[in-house]
Amino acid sequence: MSSIAATDERTSASPKVLQPAWVRTMHWINAVAMILMIMSGLQVYNASPLFDSLRFSHSITLGGWLGGALLWHFAAMWLLMVNGLAYLIVGFATGRFKRKLLPITPGGVISDARAALTGRLSHEDLSRYNQVQKLLYAGIIAVGVIIVLSGLSIWKPVQLQWLTALFGGYDVARYVHFFCMSAIVAFLVIHIALAVLVPKSLRAMIIGR
Amino acid sequence: MVMGRIRKFLIPGVDKRLLVKDATKIMPDPVRRRFIAGGASLGALTLLTGCDVFDGTSAENMLTEISKFNDAVQAWMFNPEVLAPTYPESAITKPFPFNGYYEIDDAPEVDGRDWKFEVKGLVENKKSWTLEELYKLPQVKQVTRHICVEGWSAIGSWTGTPLRDFLKLVGADTRSKYCWFQCADKEGYNSPLDMRTALHPQTQMTFKFGDEILPRAYGYPMKIRVPTKLGFKSPKYVISMEVTNDYKGGYWEDQGYNSFSGS
Repeated sequence: MSSIAATDERTSASPKVLQPAWVRTMHWINAVAMILMIMSGLQVYNASPLFDSLRFSHSITLGGWLGGALLWHFAAMWLLMVNGLAYLIVGFATGRFKRKLLPITPGGVISDARAALTGRLSHEDLSRYNQVQKLLYAGIIAVGVIIVLSGLSIWKPVQLQWLTALFGGYDVARYVHFFCMSAIVAFLVIHIALAVLVPKSLRAMIIGR
Repeated sequence: MVMGRIRKFLIPGVDKRLLVKDATKIMPDPVRRRFIAGGASLGALTLLTGCDVFDGTSAENMLTEISKFNDAVQAWMFNPEVLAPTYPESAITKPFPFNGYYEIDDAPEVDGRDWKFEVKGLVENKKSWTLEELYKLPQVKQVTRHICVEGWSAIGSWTGTPLRDFLKLVGADTRSKYCWFQCADKEGYNSPLDMRTALHPQTQMTFKFGDEILPRAYGYPMKIRVPTKLGFKSPKYVISMEVTNDYKGGYWEDQGYNSFSGS
């Protein structure tokens, strides 16, 4: 009896690390940078809205006015870019992206999505992402790359005019930037809701286990 | 708490820009200038609204320092050989938008016969120029995109003398750091232009919009058109230029817009 209890204790005290320290650090730096970028970006949007009937309340914007918002936006962009770039480099170099996010198959995504919606998706092994997670995580990384590139093309439409042209010109790049932000916010809603529903996944992103 | 600090910095319900504007209106001009130049505007506001002054000003200072760093990064990114894209005349935005911190009816009304363009600072020939004299200089036309700091953009046609030709003509010391422009409007709009941008081939002393004499709305009698920067760096109703090594600030720059603001 006592030996079994001791074994149990040992396994629950030192299970394998689900999220390595570099992932956790970069995840939370990214969370702060994203929130600063989104809130200040909404204030910048208000100065010249893309959609006539869409304005954002002061309660969810940052900077107070256009000038303040731009200061925040062009400060937080460094945090977002440097952290994001480091994440991509380490993610590819360590093989983590390949190991955790691939393969993604349409059939797998459909069956896992169906299982999730009917409450039959297992959350026992958090070290392996299901197909829906793989798709969303790979997708949000791609959106992150596009939002940074479209942002650069809006910031530097003369010096980086080849990049602006790639997005279809300055005015189109603004829409691309906005829709990427919208996709990130939609992702955040699902991401946070699921983290709350499966608290041990949130714990893993904080303490690693 | 990070969020607590951010919320204090936001000052919900108070539009800082309007408050600064109201506050500065009741001050005599020299005081107003110092008030804005000292960066006191936002710091003073945190005081006025009873927020934690330390948090407010330290956030301000951090953002100001990063903005200066961004000036340096943009100066490094700026390639004097790269031209702003040009467009066919058919792409010109009609009507081209009017924009300013004042309504169009309050825009300066300059009498071109009395107007003189003063040239000051590190130049050999400090003579003032009449409009008639300036009109005699060789002019070129450009159809380029005006990009506003607010985000919108519009394509316009501007005709005038390349600023670099004029700087050569008056014997400006082009090793200086800035051309500092002052304008005729009552609040004294001004803006510094870094010398490398001033020497960019497309930077222009503009006298015509759409082949017509520059209308009042777009800066009669002269604007400085800088297609490699955001719109607020292209001053209208220009009355003087000072070639200088000192950073003298600008109307919007002092309120927090990034000073380089390159496109």
